[in-house]
Amino acid sequence: MSDTLLKVRDLKIGATVYPPGEKPHDIEIVHGVSFDLERGKVLGLIGESGAGKSTIGLASMAYGRGGVEITGGEVWVNGRDILKTSQGDIRKLRGGEVTYVSQSAAASFNPAKKIMDQVVEAAVEQKKFSRKEAEARARALFAKLGLPDPDNIGNRYPHQVSGGQLQRCMTALALCPEPDLVVFDEPTTALDVTTQIDVLMAIKEAIRDTGVAALYITHDLAVVAQVSDEIMVLRMGDTVEYGSTDQIINNPQEEYTQALVSVRSIEHEEKAPTSEPVLSVDGITARYKGLDFDVLHNVNVELYPGQTLAVVGESGSGKSTLARVITGLLPPRDGEITFAGRKLSPDLAGRSREDLRELQMIYQMADVAMNPRQTVGTIIGRPLEFYFNMRGAEKRKRIIELLDEIELGEKFIDRYPAELSGGQKQRVCIARSLAAKPRMIICDEVTSALDPLVADGILKLLLDLQKIEDVAYLFITHDLATVRAISDSIAVMYQGRVARYGPKSQVLSPPFDDYTDLLLSSVPEMHLGWLEEVVANRKMESAGN
Amino acid sequence: MHPVLKLVSQRLALGFLLLFGASALIFGLTEALPGDAAQAVLGQSATPEALANLREEMGLNRPALTRYFEWLGGIVQGDLGQSLTNKLDIADSIAGRLGNTLFLAFWAAIVSVPLAIFLGLLAVRYRNRWPDKMISAVTLTTISIPEFLIGYLLIYFVAVKLGMFSPLAMINDSMSIGQKLNAIALPVIVLTMVVLAHMMRMTRAAILNVMQSAYVETAELKGLSNFKVIYRHAFPNAIAPIVNVVMINLAYLVVGVVVVEVVFVYPGMGQYLVDHVTKRDVPVVLACGVIFAAIYIGLNMIADLVAILANPRLRHPK
Repeated sequence: MSDTLLKVRDLKIGATVYPPGEKPHDIEIVHGVSFDLERGKVLGLIGESGAGKSTIGLASMAYGRGGVEITGGEVWVNGRDILKTSQGDIRKLRGGEVTYVSQSAAASFNPAKKIMDQVVEAAVEQKKFSRKEAEARARALFAKLGLPDPDNIGNRYPHQVSGGQLQRCMTALALCPEPDLVVFDEPTTALDVTTQIDVLMAIKEAIRDTGVAALYITHDLAVVAQVSDEIMVLRMGDTVEYGSTDQIINNPQEEYTQALVSVRSIEHEEKAPTSEPVLSVDGITARYKGLDFDVLHNVNVELYPGQTLAVVGESGSGKSTLARVITGLLPPRDGEITFAGRKLSPDLAGRSREDLRELQMIYQMADVAMNPRQTVGTIIGRPLEFYFNMRGAEKRKRIIELLDEIELGEKFIDRYPAELSGGQKQRVCIARSLAAKPRMIICDEVTSALDPLVADGILKLLLDLQKIEDVAYLFITHDLATVRAISDSIAVMYQGRVARYGPKSQVLSPPFDDYTDLLLSSVPEMHLGWLEEVVANRKMESAGN
Repeated sequence: MHPVLKLVSQRLALGFLLLFGASALIFGLTEALPGDAAQAVLGQSATPEALANLREEMGLNRPALTRYFEWLGGIVQGDLGQSLTNKLDIADSIAGRLGNTLFLAFWAAIVSVPLAIFLGLLAVRYRNRWPDKMISAVTLTTISIPEFLIGYLLIYFVAVKLGMFSPLAMINDSMSIGQKLNAIALPVIVLTMVVLAHMMRMTRAAILNVMQSAYVETAELKGLSNFKVIYRHAFPNAIAPIVNVVMINLAYLVVGVVVVEVVFVYPGMGQYLVDHVTKRDVPVVLACGVIFAAIYIGLNMIADLVAILANPRLRHPK
């Protein structure tokens, strides 16, 4: 008897698409992928969005999300082709032999049911364990995954625990029925880096201790390098490269894999502070209406013309609140903001049109920041009309100039947002903010929703435009690699305070404060064994204290 | 204070405020109508002196505000006043009528609510296939036909041609429950047909909305059967909108049965109201208006409370 648990042969997956203005038609999204997975091994599936990695993962449970359908090939689990088996058998497979951990545990737990009921449901439903046995198993798993109060956490509702804890509960949910295979679909992507490291370690130990096999799906090569035995690189539904983790990371053969491994190749020389700052934030303290605590405490930062200040921090650190205060959306309780030598009114209504023009914003979600019913030309043309009163041929000429600057060109002028890719949408948003000829642009997580290679292109573009237009960026991000790539100075935020602030070279060099140290050491690095090293270091440090 | 308790008491206070507003509106509107109770009583034979005397006697010369609060004070103590036409105490006459109307509404609800929710679940289970389409087509057809027409059609075909059930829904206290149910079978069927589509469609839409969510996918990937996914994971999260539309329809069953009661000669509130409107019996119209408003507001308040209680974030704060 062979040890092969999952055997996929020439898997083809299709979907029906509904492009705007066209008739719905079928497309193929996975074009014949094959791989084997032995019992107890972990295979990493890596690729950008649209690579088909989640689709392939779900195919191992004979599941197609939305209108997705498996159109050809074979998927053998435990010695039978699950694409040819009965509905009843597939039900036994799902939740019994193969289980699933999704990217967003917060969305994947039913808000109306207690965690325990959901964790044991599959195990009980599949008659693998009695309810009592399953609950005992769940409690043991909660403890193994490092959840606080493992005996009682199951009695809580999903909204009563944190995101990182819920992600671990989801892992417990997947392991509870004692499956042969777990599909991990970006299980740590939605988490902060400092949380990610704990969850990653918990998952890795759980896989090792239970001897379960896993498909680990992610877009982050550094993460997958820590947990998998083999890696398959996918691109647009095709296998690019398939080999051992060691080979893919240290000796990638294909050009695309090499690009993924060496992503973040941007070099940016730090600029010294020049004349007067374009923006200075003095002693800002702010809270949201209806809350009885401050979200920002005495924040002081400065931004110089033509430079980039990166504001970095985890979710809830107050970095987006700072942007809201600067834009005037949230008047602060205390402190003031000086912009281009003049004091800014604390609230939006008191600001002049000139203030508004010179301070622009770009958002994380480019697609919701644009009106889907307007063409690219209308979207970029609006600030030209509003601030400069441009009309007709003059306006069109300027729109085309801007389209050239963002490397899209005139042919995009009549397109609608739905016809653009994610990176192209973000470029249009950049052009829209540049159209106002601002002195400063607030970039709020502008590359977070994009694939690494696309994000790289956007960062390069932003740096090029900075040179041409002499615009300053306040760059809000949680991604330290991005910070390294583009900033001149850095403010590290933690719990509403600036934990560390200064020129890039200084902020990123030791000695560090505790939080910055934790943050920097938590960013996954692309070499094997990194995870164990970090965890071992931390254990030693805490033992030393 | 627990947030649920706070929300619930706020909602209750709001309900009473609304009821107060509704009573003022009803009173104000009957005041604004041309003619008054004295004119209604005297009718054609009204002479200016007789009118003046009667107004004095009935206290109609006093300011409207005084009379409103007197009337309101009476209602709060359960005194709905006296009918102009038959001099009977309104509360006494309404008691039995209201009981009959609630009896009819209750049985119509017992049949229609579970049936509507079941059909909604069934439509979701077989969405866009023939059972779904048939359920939608049939319920939309029945809601589109005026209820009096359905009523007469049923009387003709079921009662007269087939000889099943009584064509008239007369009930009285001496009847056994079985006889009563036999008598009201046809109006219950008509009412069910009228309210079914609305509730069924909302159940279907609310659950389909929830079916898009990631936790339903999780449930499917646990290998649960389709029906278990729907009733265990989708339904509990779709309760709030469903209860809302159910309550609106229950309110309709009580308040909107006028036509059906008239068609089937059923001795309920609707008939009573229609009789007295034609006789311009203002106190009776006022009393019925307030009772209908109270039922409407009360049922909608229950819907709000259920929606609050169905939300785990409110029930179990962090």
